[in-house]
Amino acid sequence: MTTLLSVKNISVTLGNRKILDNVSLDMHAGDLKVLIGPSGAGKSTLLQCINHLITPDEGEIHLEGKKINTQSNAELCHLRQNVGMIFQDFNLFDHLTALDNICLALVKVRKLSKDEAQKRARKELDRVGLSNRAGLYPAQLSGGQKQRVAIARALAMQPKILLLDEPTSALDPELVGEVMNVIQDLAKGGMPMIMATHQMDFVRSLATEVLFMEHGTIIEQDTPKVLLADGAKTRTLDFCSKLNNLKGCEL
Amino acid sequence: METLKTIYVNLPYILEGTYVTVLLVVGALALGFCLGVPLAIAQVYGSPIIRRAVGLYVWFFRGVPILLLLFLFYFGLFNVIGLNLDALTASGLVLGLASSAYQSQIFRGSIQSLPLGQFKAGCALGMTDRQIIKNIILPQALRLSIPGWSNEFSILLKDSALCFAVGASEIMARAHFVASRTYEYLPLYITAGFLYFLITLAGIRILRRVERKFAIPGYTLSV
Repeated sequence: MTTLLSVKNISVTLGNRKILDNVSLDMHAGDLKVLIGPSGAGKSTLLQCINHLITPDEGEIHLEGKKINTQSNAELCHLRQNVGMIFQDFNLFDHLTALDNICLALVKVRKLSKDEAQKRARKELDRVGLSNRAGLYPAQLSGGQKQRVAIARALAMQPKILLLDEPTSALDPELVGEVMNVIQDLAKGGMPMIMATHQMDFVRSLATEVLFMEHGTIIEQDTPKVLLADGAKTRTLDFCSKLNNLKGCEL
Repeated sequence: METLKTIYVNLPYILEGTYVTVLLVVGALALGFCLGVPLAIAQVYGSPIIRRAVGLYVWFFRGVPILLLLFLFYFGLFNVIGLNLDALTASGLVLGLASSAYQSQIFRGSIQSLPLGQFKAGCALGMTDRQIIKNIILPQALRLSIPGWSNEFSILLKDSALCFAVGASEIMARAHFVASRTYEYLPLYITAGFLYFLITLAGIRILRRVERKFAIPGYTLSV
């Protein structure tokens, strides 16, 4: 199995607080890793370090075996083109239509012609079930639709890996399903993903590995079967049962 | 009756001043815009040294009265460096430089009011800083700047009357000239005031129209 992406000994310090403490992970084709943990554990920071939206104080990122030189803007852009990112609060460009949100980077970064870009953008919008919303602006879309456009925007760049930072936590419960369906289809299609999420059904059924983070480190790391087994004495199970208690349902 | 006749006879002369004033204001606003946008970008995204330099520039032009700036440049600096400009061009230049300082702060405010996620999302798609600023940040920031910018327009319009002091023959200069020749001070100053009033109204209407034209659908409730 070839290693798509390696994160090696990443640390981030803010003042004298370690946000991330010596975190490493490897991504292979077909991997779907899920980050779970309390807020402030460093999940977002880790994801944003992977494509260098946050510059780690220490550590290295390797893309397909090649170390990324973080001093080179060209190499950083290359890394980011290959590692798609989905944000919790969508971050669609508010002044552009759904279609143009997707086209912008295709034209500017992938250097496609306007026609080619639009063709690809429409295909991606179709994949997330929004082909009839192409001409609408973000402010005219619901939260779930915005997130689906954001996913289409990331996919259009044809990334090798997708990072998802709690893609459904800003959505109200009725909209979570439509976004999770899209993500599930992607997972089943074999897209390698690292995803911070508390959607336990998804974790149980599709995650290949669960990474439980606390205080900036990964404290437990195994398949969901092991970590979430009935009666397992794991921090992960403990945390997830609390989540479920909050929702008022059985684990 | 006499008064009305004086105004009527001298109106074409004063109206010509209206043309001069509009030219002056449009030129200064354009210069201020062309300098103000890069200044704002430099102040937000530049290195500490660049930010400090822009800060000094803004401090200087906002810290000195416009009239003093006009004298300083027209009678002082331009002479020292041997730049021989007519009063109108010199006035436009000075007003434009001063306006760039004020405009830069309007644009900086708009840029900084955008959510950080807009920049991050561009980054995450592999866009360069330059592409992000040009295609994502500025189109949104400039839209947000229009209301503040219409303030700058109306202030600059009235500041342009100061250029009378270095001999630019705009509305104020001409009205004052006719007034002191005919001793009809009050009616002529009222006429001049009325013209400034009309230009302000026209300008604000135009900017309002621009604001509506570029409004992002669904983004703002009013407009």
